Amino acid sequence: MAGPLELGGPSYVSRRYFLKAGAALGGGLMIGWHPQQGAAADAQPFSPNAFLRIDRAGKVTFVCPAVEMGQGTYTSLPMLAAEELDVALDQISVEPSPPSDKLYGNPAVFNAQITGGSMSVHGFFKPLREAGAAARQMLMSAAAARLKVDIAELQTEPGAVVHAKSGTRLAYGALVDDAAKLPVPTGVALKDPANFRIIGTPAKRLDVAGKIDGTAVYGIDVKVPGMKVATVAASPVFGGKLASLDEAAALAVPGVRQIAKIDNAVAVIADHYWAARKGLEAARPKFDDGPHGGLSTSDVVAALAKAATERKGAVAERKGDADAAMANAEVKLDSTYENPFLAHATMEPMNCTVHVTPDGCDIWVGTQIPSIAQSVVSKALDLPLEKVRVHNHLLGGGFGRRLEFDFILQAALFAKQVKDPIKVIWSREEDIQHDMYRPYYYDRISAGLDGKGNILAWKHRIVGSAIVARFAPSAYKDDLDSDAVDGAIDLNYDLPNTYVDYVREEPFAIPTAFWRGVGPTRSAFVVEGFIDELAAAVNTDPVEFRRRLLVKSPRALHVLERAAALSGWGTPLGPRKGRGISVMKAMGSYIAQVAEVTVAPNGEVHVDRVVVAVDCGLAVNPDTIVAQMQSGIIFGITAVLWGEITIKNGRVEQSNFDDYRIVRLNEAPKIEVEIVKSNDEPSGIGEPGTCALAPAVVNAVYAATGVRVRKLPLKAALPGAS
Amino acid sequence: MVTLTVNGTKVSVEAAEDMPLLWVLRDLVGMTGTKFGCGIAQCGACTVHVDGEPRRACVSPIADVAGASITTIEGIGQTPEGKAVQRAWLDAEVVQCGYCQSGQIMSATALLANNQTPSDEDIDLAMAGNICRCGTYPRIREAIKLAAKSISGKGG
Repeated sequence: MAGPLELGGPSYVSRRYFLKAGAALGGGLMIGWHPQQGAAADAQPFSPNAFLRIDRAGKVTFVCPAVEMGQGTYTSLPMLAAEELDVALDQISVEPSPPSDKLYGNPAVFNAQITGGSMSVHGFFKPLREAGAAARQMLMSAAAARLKVDIAELQTEPGAVVHAKSGTRLAYGALVDDAAKLPVPTGVALKDPANFRIIGTPAKRLDVAGKIDGTAVYGIDVKVPGMKVATVAASPVFGGKLASLDEAAALAVPGVRQIAKIDNAVAVIADHYWAARKGLEAARPKFDDGPHGGLSTSDVVAALAKAATERKGAVAERKGDADAAMANAEVKLDSTYENPFLAHATMEPMNCTVHVTPDGCDIWVGTQIPSIAQSVVSKALDLPLEKVRVHNHLLGGGFGRRLEFDFILQAALFAKQVKDPIKVIWSREEDIQHDMYRPYYYDRISAGLDGKGNILAWKHRIVGSAIVARFAPSAYKDDLDSDAVDGAIDLNYDLPNTYVDYVREEPFAIPTAFWRGVGPTRSAFVVEGFIDELAAAVNTDPVEFRRRLLVKSPRALHVLERAAALSGWGTPLGPRKGRGISVMKAMGSYIAQVAEVTVAPNGEVHVDRVVVAVDCGLAVNPDTIVAQMQSGIIFGITAVLWGEITIKNGRVEQSNFDDYRIVRLNEAPKIEVEIVKSNDEPSGIGEPGTCALAPAVVNAVYAATGVRVRKLPLKAALPGAS
Repeated sequence: MVTLTVNGTKVSVEAAEDMPLLWVLRDLVGMTGTKFGCGIAQCGACTVHVDGEPRRACVSPIADVAGASITTIEGIGQTPEGKAVQRAWLDAEVVQCGYCQSGQIMSATALLANNQTPSDEDIDLAMAGNICRCGTYPRIREAIKLAAKSISGKGG
């Protein structure tokens, strides 16, 4: 399948955020990007850029370029603009951005309107502060003109321009009409971080009020006049086709209105979900399995293993001469690591509401990719881009699942056959069995050490699906998938001779996709597990072994030292308990975790405590960083203990939370987080907590039991480890 | 025609007897605060109170709750425990994506209505049926303790 995202194109970065004054509209002048965007600005006359509007009451609307899926962007991104604009956060309301790469593309994510890779704060750190600073400058210029004073005599306080000499205070709202007539300045000086008033101070989230009283609207909560509700069944075998169904039986169910079919799936459309579901059961759809009806997980693993030994890899990193160094090594280790398929299992099942009319198409959804969704549906329905209107909503979890458009395209293809708007809701079973999965990865890794325990040679081959090749084809070059090797190259460790390569092997028809922590999550399990193996092979404490290797990476060394110290590393634990450590760089952030586990005689592993030290550069909203560490760790625990999607007869064997086990409150560890104080550029925080977790736990299991786990999940590796 | 009381208001709906309360609330009554997560009483996102007791609305046929008094997330703030729990949820900054939180709050409120000094084990028991994929569990525990304190007047 061709990817939706083509990179490159005309350079617009320099003028992307600030265009010249635009057309007059309604009650005041609006400065905008293109006039049609100004419709909403009638009531909010000052709109100096695509991110900010200010009305005459001084109320600020922040149009958020990234989506809110729990990670706190609806707070951390407005904080950036508010800092420079000089407004209090409670003056701000946040709304989702309409589809536009040009206006809302993330410079750190292909310049596209994609919320992913933990890159929202990192990518928008400068643009949003510039947006706020320019708006403030315009308000100050307007005040200077009105007061007939030099702008240098003016200052701002939250929400107002102040002329101290005359004791005059002009609220922003009183200045918006004048400010809107001014040209948008460029190159406005940004604040010295020492003067930050909002950035760096824990801020209360701006998106929570509606989430505690049931008023927040997620995609699944959308109500559109005349809307019907649909549920679907797609071929249980990947690549299969819809063969037959009992339409009459489905239509006989009270409330069922219509059946819609596409190549590989059927939708039953009804007055409400329950009727749709009963209708679907009555329809008893049958499918042609196609070529993959006999596929099993073991076939996938066998193909990966074969590729690992027989195929030529694309070189990801070559330093020195690893083969020659290996030949001279006194101690040699060679291991195979395996990461299983995983589902995302967002709490809000996949859903999408679509209305196709003669005039175009409206889509109500929660998506990480609004512009891609628009483009894909415009092509599929043969509509001009601007006729496809995407109304984005809060996401009940993303984790990479809502980076995909499959369920949106499917809903559009069904909606095309229906007069009314339809809300397509997947059952949980459909959601688990038609996910796009974190790929199965098969890694061969080896190292050679001298008699003193120094690593002389390091070789690592990564075999698995190339997600980038599908998601962003033009970023896939020379058979090398940058995500597949992320976290396996450019290690913090000082290694003299390295050779890392990648072999692309797609798992037959099983669709694959990004999953929280992406490449670094898979790589960290391998690299940090293997480093622990090496430490054990030369009888060295795992922290001490890493410490020696991190002499040239002070930030990594610091988090290692902090996590070890906070955890009480080296102090005794009870029987069947152990501590494990991991340290890595992920999404630009340095992170170390120490996990403490208890392994029951039957092999059940309980993660008792996780200590984290993280250096993510400047901490924009420190409480969100703590929350994302807790979140990433708990997400990772589900995966390391039990997470596994398996295939039998071409079908996913798991279907719901009874057989796809998720960690629960009573199973969650104590988590302690230390954020390293830093003025470095902010880096990612939504995913690193997940990335570092699995190896810390696996290494702790080794410390507790002596059992070295190289294949996840633990439940499969430790059946009755007594 | 089935009649029930939702957050103190009498509601009559035309629904098949086996239609779960969840879909009656969401698709017939139009109250979407109660969430669909699994459909098999495994995740707790659909938790409501039926005559004061926590119940998974996704597996509660409407015929079984006819005449009952239903409290949902939209109405839970009217009870002292519910109000304290919502306040604590804000103070502890529990929420992330928020999708499971309606159910979490309903389970926590039911716990505190019966037990105003819950131990960690009590919290484990009451909350183990509610899945959160964002991993807000440590803060849920903290918030329940905060709410308990404020209800029992020992601080908060």
